[in-house]
Amino acid sequence: MNKLILGRYFPGDSWIHQLDPRSKLLACIYFIFVLFLANNWQTYALLWIFTLVVMYLSGVSFKTYLRGVRPLIWLILFTVFLQVLFTSGGTIYVDWGPITISEFGITNGIYIFCRFVMIVFVSTVVTLTTKPIDLTDGINSLLRPLRALKVPVDEFALMLSISLRFIPNLLDETQKVMDAQAARGTEFGEGSLVKQMKTLVPIFLPLFVSSLNRAEELANAMEVRGYQSGEKRSTFRRLTWQKRDTLCLLFMLALTAGLAFLRADGSILH
Amino acid sequence: MPAPIIKVKDLTFRYDKRSEKETLANVSFTIDKGEWVAIVGHNGSGKSTLARLLVGLLVPQSGLITIAGRELNDESKWDLRRRIGMVFQNPDNQFIGTTVQDDVAFCLENLNMSFDEMKARVDEALEMVDMSSFREHDPSRLSGGQKQRVAIAGILALKPDVLILDEALVMLDPRSRRELLASLQQLRTTQNITIISITHDMNEAAAADRILMLREGHIEKCGPPQHVFQGEIEWEPPFAERLRRTLLKRNRSVPNRYMTEEEMVQWLWK
Amino acid sequence: MAMEVIFDNVSADYQLGPIRSPLVLHSVDVTIKSGSYTAVVGYTGAGKSSFLKAMNGLLLPKEGQISIGTSVIKPDKNKKALKSIRKRVGMVFQFPESQLFAETVEKDICFGPINFGVPKTEAKEIAKQVLEQVGLQQDILKKSPFSLSGGQKRRVAIAGILAIKPDILVLDEPGAGLDPNGRKEIMDLISSWHRDRGMTTVLVTHDMEDVVTYADRVIVMEKGQVVLHDDVEKVFSNHEQLEKWHLDVPDARRFQLNFEKKTGILLPKVCLTIDDLADAFIEVGLA
Repeated sequence: MNKLILGRYFPGDSWIHQLDPRSKLLACIYFIFVLFLANNWQTYALLWIFTLVVMYLSGVSFKTYLRGVRPLIWLILFTVFLQVLFTSGGTIYVDWGPITISEFGITNGIYIFCRFVMIVFVSTVVTLTTKPIDLTDGINSLLRPLRALKVPVDEFALMLSISLRFIPNLLDETQKVMDAQAARGTEFGEGSLVKQMKTLVPIFLPLFVSSLNRAEELANAMEVRGYQSGEKRSTFRRLTWQKRDTLCLLFMLALTAGLAFLRADGSILH
Repeated sequence: MPAPIIKVKDLTFRYDKRSEKETLANVSFTIDKGEWVAIVGHNGSGKSTLARLLVGLLVPQSGLITIAGRELNDESKWDLRRRIGMVFQNPDNQFIGTTVQDDVAFCLENLNMSFDEMKARVDEALEMVDMSSFREHDPSRLSGGQKQRVAIAGILALKPDVLILDEALVMLDPRSRRELLASLQQLRTTQNITIISITHDMNEAAAADRILMLREGHIEKCGPPQHVFQGEIEWEPPFAERLRRTLLKRNRSVPNRYMTEEEMVQWLWK
Repeated sequence: MAMEVIFDNVSADYQLGPIRSPLVLHSVDVTIKSGSYTAVVGYTGAGKSSFLKAMNGLLLPKEGQISIGTSVIKPDKNKKALKSIRKRVGMVFQFPESQLFAETVEKDICFGPINFGVPKTEAKEIAKQVLEQVGLQQDILKKSPFSLSGGQKRRVAIAGILAIKPDILVLDEPGAGLDPNGRKEIMDLISSWHRDRGMTTVLVTHDMEDVVTYADRVIVMEKGQVVLHDDVEKVFSNHEQLEKWHLDVPDARRFQLNFEKKTGILLPKVCLTIDDLADAFIEVGLA
């Protein structure tokens, strides 16, 4: 749990930190798509420069980003492995029965590795530099148009923000219940799988009960404070789009242009 | 002559509609504007039920509740919730916002208020409870007493006529309780707000102008503290009164009437 | 049976993944005598909860060691040994009713004893006994703990710890959130358990009335350190020190200090209870 860097917020005031969550979200999603324009080492180099610059601008240490990749490293290597084995073309390096390792295989393997790692890095930039509540506000704002299709975007946003607000409480309560049951002789993480599952009941049940209780009390409090689902509400939290956000999107366009220019399909540089 | 802000007439409520047991039986009373009324009683006396009925969280079987001249019912309750607000017992389970100011703004958002007006009211309300410097704090960094102050601010932002405290001090340590009580007394003077406190802490009840003592759904006693505590044996009276009775038992010539702490100090000093 | 608790130069911190928190206990050196009733007080964050958790190995010391009678908790303490210590240190956390989980009250009370190796039938017998001792009726045994009132749930939770038959009872604000009668009943229950069995009792509390009424010794904590460990009266006589540690005083003492400040008349002794006050005022002829 503690090793998961993706999803953690690191406070700071870098240029990236100060961007509106919407521009970050849009840029990140766009980046993931635009990655597929790359098909030669020049385009990948450009992408790497872009990624590393963004990471540098976030003000968070490279070591932290590396830690974010670590839990996913096996998944990434496995995919690379498959790519290498099953793509063929160009010079054959190894031909050993069913296993063929070719030039294209290696190249594609490297490309896939780059894509994966860059996606993780860029997404991590977003989550490290944006408070969870700001991310929620950003997503809510971007999904606003769906209200026209009767999707309860605002209700989801409220649910999400309340859930976020209670995460520290839940973590705290979990620890407290675990302590209480440990004091009564429960041993966690010992014994057979079945035995270990059984020790989870004295944790989950009290947490479940307390969550139900909390839900009821919250609902009462919300009602008394005038909350009616479906009614029009204003928002105190406001997102302000600034010049830097437009700049951010322009950078993405510049990146696209660069990639189109450098692509391997009969363009000038080859 | 202050006019009644709340009129309760023949209020009857039963949790279990099939049983004969009435949680509240034909309760009638009035509360004047600017008054501080404490409602005391044992668990099961009906005091919390009464609080919930007053804010429309429960519907009585029979009887009438009038707030600011308007009858409380399904249609009027949403409007009336701008005039009467409630702070609950658990400081965490009524804290909805991600930060202090978000939480205070919650009820204003529900009214679809403009941002500028919300900002002004939030600032004003935080000032009233001495929490202005905490406006960006998230709840995990606040003590129980601070969270309750935020809850009170959240209600004050509505500029209500009545503030109900449903055992709102019970989960706080004695010192926080005293501090909050002092703040409430000050608020009452500066804002001329009517306060109803549901409690079983006699020191809290002694701060009130009038005490309503409930037993098994009926009003057993009603009157100012000196009236209610005189000769009261079942409930342990406030501190100063206990001191007076102790001296009385030792045949000292203390006055034969209920005294507040101030009065006690004065008398001892002579 | 000597059930002394000795903290020998104990320092501890929490490890949260790759981050080590600052020290929550700082060179704590304290001896809690067998059979004593010690109150642990201190501002929020002073380290009281950490102090408690160190006593049954929920928080392992980084340096130093903790002796519970003849057993010792060291930084590298293994799990099996910790379990035997947990049998001897009965810990009641704040709002203990939130740990109830079993289908019936009986099963919940038996949970602890069974974990510690007590056979089921014997555990059930114990459950019956402790239930009576916490002042509840036997017919509750077959009920679901979730169907009980708040006060009853709390007693069931406490019964669940008493059923383990610990040698030391450690409690964190056992009366929190209860009405005055409920509080008194729980505190009296603990007090009688302490008296009848000579059980070493440690109580974390913010309520100074409880300290004065029930405890004989007080440990004052601040910023992870023990700053004072003395008899109840001695601790409350130095009110400037208490102010510095952000500590509350019993109502009677507060009244006395307020009176003395207002009138300039000093009372002959430190008054911690109403009776003390009455005595003092009579002595100076003001009452």
